[in-house]
Amino acid sequence: MSDTSDILISVRGLSFSRGSRQIFDDIDIDIKRGSVTAIMGPSGTGKTTLLRLIGGQLRPDKGNVVVDGEDVHALRRGQLYQLRKRMGMLFQNGALLTDINVYDNVAFPLREHTHLPERLIRDLVLMKLHAVGLRGARDLMPSELSGGMLRRVALARAIALDPMMIMYDEPFTGQDPISMGVLVRLIRLLNDTLGLTSIIVSHDIAETAAIADDIYLLSGGKVVAHGSADELKQSGSEWAKQFIQGLPDGPVPFHYPADDYAHDLLSGGPN
Amino acid sequence: MTTRLTEIWVGIFIAAGLAALFVLAMKVSNLSTYNRDGGYEVTARFEDISGLKVRSPVTMAGVRIGRVTNIGFDKNTFEAVVTMRVEARYNTLPKDSSASIYTAGLLGEKYVSLAPGGDEQSLHQGDRIKLTQDSMVLEKLIGQFVSRFMNSSSEKSSSK
Amino acid sequence: MKSVLDHLQSLGQKGTGVFERLGRANILFARILAGVPGLFLRPNLVIQQVYSVGVLSLLIILVSGLFVGMVLGLQGYNTLVDFGAEESLGVVVALSLVRELGPVVTALLFAGRAGSALTAEIGLMKATEQLSAMEMMAIDPIRRVLTPRFLAGFISMPLLAAIFSAVGIMGGYFVGVGLLGVDDGAYWSQMQDKVDLYDDIYNGVIKSIVFGIIVTWIAVFEGYDATPTSEGVSRATTRTVVHSSLAVLAMDFILTALMFGGG
Repeated sequence: MSDTSDILISVRGLSFSRGSRQIFDDIDIDIKRGSVTAIMGPSGTGKTTLLRLIGGQLRPDKGNVVVDGEDVHALRRGQLYQLRKRMGMLFQNGALLTDINVYDNVAFPLREHTHLPERLIRDLVLMKLHAVGLRGARDLMPSELSGGMLRRVALARAIALDPMMIMYDEPFTGQDPISMGVLVRLIRLLNDTLGLTSIIVSHDIAETAAIADDIYLLSGGKVVAHGSADELKQSGSEWAKQFIQGLPDGPVPFHYPADDYAHDLLSGGPN
Repeated sequence: MTTRLTEIWVGIFIAAGLAALFVLAMKVSNLSTYNRDGGYEVTARFEDISGLKVRSPVTMAGVRIGRVTNIGFDKNTFEAVVTMRVEARYNTLPKDSSASIYTAGLLGEKYVSLAPGGDEQSLHQGDRIKLTQDSMVLEKLIGQFVSRFMNSSSEKSSSK
Repeated sequence: MKSVLDHLQSLGQKGTGVFERLGRANILFARILAGVPGLFLRPNLVIQQVYSVGVLSLLIILVSGLFVGMVLGLQGYNTLVDFGAEESLGVVVALSLVRELGPVVTALLFAGRAGSALTAEIGLMKATEQLSAMEMMAIDPIRRVLTPRFLAGFISMPLLAAIFSAVGIMGGYFVGVGLLGVDDGAYWSQMQDKVDLYDDIYNGVIKSIVFGIIVTWIAVFEGYDATPTSEGVSRATTRTVVHSSLAVLAMDFILTALMFGGG
């Protein structure tokens, strides 16, 4: 049952805590079809957790997540798996299966979920690898790939089943400028040519702002700013200002909460 | 994807394992001399069977022809009732054969030895072997020797 | 300075923690078994695992079995010769191996070699998010990764134990008959007389099947449950070897008492 409205994913009143930490506190997020939406925020705000909640790997304490008209956490195991076939996910380190080569990694979802003959699978795999520029690397093992190449192969795998959306978990972290440029280009290109909806979780401002249509800024478990890149630059919000400009101190403090400095130094005893 | 080599090795492995099991069953165990079903049961009563166990061998002329299948106790006559299963092919045992309990070797296990009688009729299922000789109990034997020794030495001293 | 209450509390926490783990382990076991029927359509997965779990353990089992059998031959002879009963060496070697040493030593070696490898492999897959990636690709990692490995252990253990016993008996033969002069015929004929197919061999096979289930279950669970860091995986691997070894020895006592107790 597909929903043809504008919004592909709608998150309402989502609350989630892990142990004693409240990670999300009643947040609302809308992801529009066909757009590239960025979820940004300082490290540790649980951005990866959000992707897991959308994908149904974690259950929220309160609130719901609706993907293409279906409430993710109300689905039974079989239905959830059907939904996941339409979602692609790119993990931070690629998460390729290390005991098989590039070709078999990209072919993996095709072999598991379809009964296509090997000839057809070969065509599909080569097409996906070509789209990310790694068709020539198909016989390499994951251990022989650089970080950037790993992620591109993982991207090829993520689009193997022609999903309706892709979630990117920190795709730009730790990449050299060239790899970063490649990935940025690929994400936008694939999104537009394949008619995907993309969610990027990141804290790399420059790269993400260059391709994102919509940006959500999270901090302290809440959405503190929302809008396009230009809107955020011009907004008066302290959060937006600190994040976009990369200021060391502001709403996200420099100092981890601690006692008074003079008192701590002068008391002289054990911690 | 499994390579051909992998599959060959797995095949060798499973074949080796099954072969080992087969070898254990055939050469190591008593499968070849196994005969649980078939055969006929006879009983014999003893005053003392000490040491005889279920599954102890039953022999005649030194050849194993069966096994002890049950050991019971008669509450009225206070005798041990030994049930034995003799293999079907040995169906010409005379009806008046006798059964004795011997020890294999000095410290070995007990077994039932049947000695043939002269009767023309053979033992059948459910028959009872009438002539029996008890198991030799080491303590009684030593006791006999000691008392005989004491008697002979006291005779010698009394005849001095 | 922890008070007595604090210590009691942490003890209680550890206790409930143990039950929690047992619960998780049981749930995992049920889910692993649920994936078994599906594997009939994909025997390749199991074959691959039987190779890595069974075939690669063959060498250590063969060598260990041979040496254990030879030692049994030597020690058995030394003890029996005092009673003039060295002709019974075959019985001693065969029964020791088939009833006890075959299943138990094989299980311990298996836990160390194959069990730890399974835990490390699965733990590493968890730490590098490969299991998570499979989930997001709508593939149940338990059915795809754990069940084939579990079946492989279940199949391999009894075969390895049988090979161990068979090789050990040959080892005892080489030492006893070949080196120490025990009569060739007596070695085998006494063995054949005293080793019972049902009571000894059958029970030995049952033991090795039970041990196979225990060791593989623990190995697979510890890997799946490991903390996804390098330290976590290393601790999980150690736990596999220790826990499965202890479990095997404890189960051995229980099974032996059930099977052979009371004469």
